[in-house]
Amino acid sequence: MYKLWATILKDLQILTRDKVGLVFMFVMPIVLAIVITATQNSTFELVNKNKVPLLLCNKDKGEASKQLVNAIEKVGMFDVKKVSAEQTEQQLSGRMHEKDALIAIIIPPDFSARIEAKANATASKALNNFGLQTDTVKADTGSLQPISLLYHPVLQESFRQSIQGALRSTLQMVQSKQVLKSIYYSLNETELPDSLEGEIINNQAVINEIPISRDGSKTIPNATQHNIPAWTIFAMFFVVISLGSSVVREKLNGSFVRLKTLPTNYLLALLSKQITYLFVTLAQAAIIFAIGIWIFPSLGLPKLNLPADLPGLFIVSFICGWCAVSFAICVGVFAQTQEQANGIGAVSIVLLAAIGGLLVPSFAMPVSFQPIIKLSPLHWCLEAYYGLFLEGGKLKDILLNILPLLGITILIQLITLYGLKRKNLI
Amino acid sequence: MSSPAVMIQNLGFKYPGQSAASLINLDLEVAEGERFGLFGPNGAGKTTLMNCMTGLLNYQQGNINIFGHEVKKNRKEINKLFGFVPQDFSFYQELSPVENLAFFGAWSGMNKEAIKQKSGELLDVLGLADVRNKQVQKFSGGMKRRVNLAIGMIHTPRILFLDEPTVGVDVHTRQAIISYLKDLNKNGTTLIYTSHQLSEAEELCDRIALIADGKILVHDSLTQLLSDHREEGLEGLFINLTGKMYRDA
Repeated sequence: MYKLWATILKDLQILTRDKVGLVFMFVMPIVLAIVITATQNSTFELVNKNKVPLLLCNKDKGEASKQLVNAIEKVGMFDVKKVSAEQTEQQLSGRMHEKDALIAIIIPPDFSARIEAKANATASKALNNFGLQTDTVKADTGSLQPISLLYHPVLQESFRQSIQGALRSTLQMVQSKQVLKSIYYSLNETELPDSLEGEIINNQAVINEIPISRDGSKTIPNATQHNIPAWTIFAMFFVVISLGSSVVREKLNGSFVRLKTLPTNYLLALLSKQITYLFVTLAQAAIIFAIGIWIFPSLGLPKLNLPADLPGLFIVSFICGWCAVSFAICVGVFAQTQEQANGIGAVSIVLLAAIGGLLVPSFAMPVSFQPIIKLSPLHWCLEAYYGLFLEGGKLKDILLNILPLLGITILIQLITLYGLKRKNLI
Repeated sequence: MSSPAVMIQNLGFKYPGQSAASLINLDLEVAEGERFGLFGPNGAGKTTLMNCMTGLLNYQQGNINIFGHEVKKNRKEINKLFGFVPQDFSFYQELSPVENLAFFGAWSGMNKEAIKQKSGELLDVLGLADVRNKQVQKFSGGMKRRVNLAIGMIHTPRILFLDEPTVGVDVHTRQAIISYLKDLNKNGTTLIYTSHQLSEAEELCDRIALIADGKILVHDSLTQLLSDHREEGLEGLFINLTGKMYRDA
């Protein structure tokens, strides 16, 4: 036991004197967690709280275009700036380059007339089908001239899609209203009363968004709840930089030669490294969680809410840490030089993070990638953490994520043992 | 009758991928309490022989016994009997001498009290007491050599293998090391020593072996060897027997 304690003490002494390694293990993940959460949070707020500046150029003077403008203003996600109808597409582009707005909409001059003609033709066709009108169906005067949507290239695809969705829905409402008015007029030969119009058009089913959770808390997940678990895992696995090169350094410098001539098995050194660095990974998790709880709110970021099952959180962190440490030792055993350990370690963690869903959600990956995702230990770590942080689950709910993680950890340990034997290190 | 400290019989060793053997049919016996020197040109096989004796290399032919224990079969037992001072610095540069001694002492099977007592003694004798708590990476080459030596002796081994322990040190450090080794030997520790410094053979060794091309050319007391080959000094004997000026080209 004294041998193990002396070895742990030696590892701790070396670790605390490796300032660069400490920066890699503690400062870098904290900075990453803050920067990425802040970035994602501002995107989140841009979509949900802030309004997107929009230039609106209505070249039409009819009723339908006025209704469309009103509807766009009521969407709530745009800060509408109306511009003169005389403005050209080029002038609008110029204003957008000057960051006056990220989006511009140009309503063509004959928009209302064409909407009306299209609505009358549709209404007439419908009444004809019902057998309520014997007149010939009014001819459709041609396709609608498209509304132009100019967007700044900084807007991401997903964001553009959501803007386009909002516009389509607005346009659909204006067109439906015209059809309804036309049918009503054909049947009653009077205008559609405003009260009835409002009742028919606005009486839409309400969508109630409810995040599912195992504990029924219905807490809406925020950027912090998503990012803190992900970057904690990333930080844990980044011990490969310090631990992997520590194993290589020990192999390459003379100390390993002397260790081999002493009456103690080198496995004790590896056990000590596992214990020391497991403690480091748990400290990383504790520090990052603490920052999420106490520092994030003072930075204007959402607060981290810890899961209700704290023992479960400890166990998941412990297993994630053990897996990360096992991986780092494995890299150290097989690498020939410190440069190799650092390079292979860093690149492999970024790759495993990417395929594990830390950088892009795993459900968004191609179907052909899905089996590979399951090979990444970071994927199982993330799933287990999300089970606790986002789904409000308990340890028993995430057993199916923990078991594969344990399996991968044991496999890595066996590979390490094989490497040690093959290289005559034990 | 007690077993010899080291008994080597018909030893053969070849590095993987090399056509020529590095040690060829080598026989040697070193008695307990002896100060035995292995001398030879670069690439002669001194370090390879030392590594075979300490179990760092697995020899393919013959056998080596340390105090009657076969090296290949009783690694753990044998590792308790000897101390090793490799040619390269074999410790943690980030740690202080005291921290290195504490760690290697524990790995040698010593308890905390014994380590503390022996560390203090070694650091005093080797002139490292004043820097006992400073990181070794800030030390001079000579100081690092002394730390290297102290670690090899922390567990008071019955036999001490020293692979060029004085290489790259100034004359004062060399004298201090040799003087300490003589004292150690007086207390019963067998010394097996390799060096390029032929003068150290005269100062330190009871018996020497000259080794070249993986073979032991001669081994006996220095006086006897000089007399047998009618040479006045070891350098002349060395050139006479090895016959070449450059060995590692």
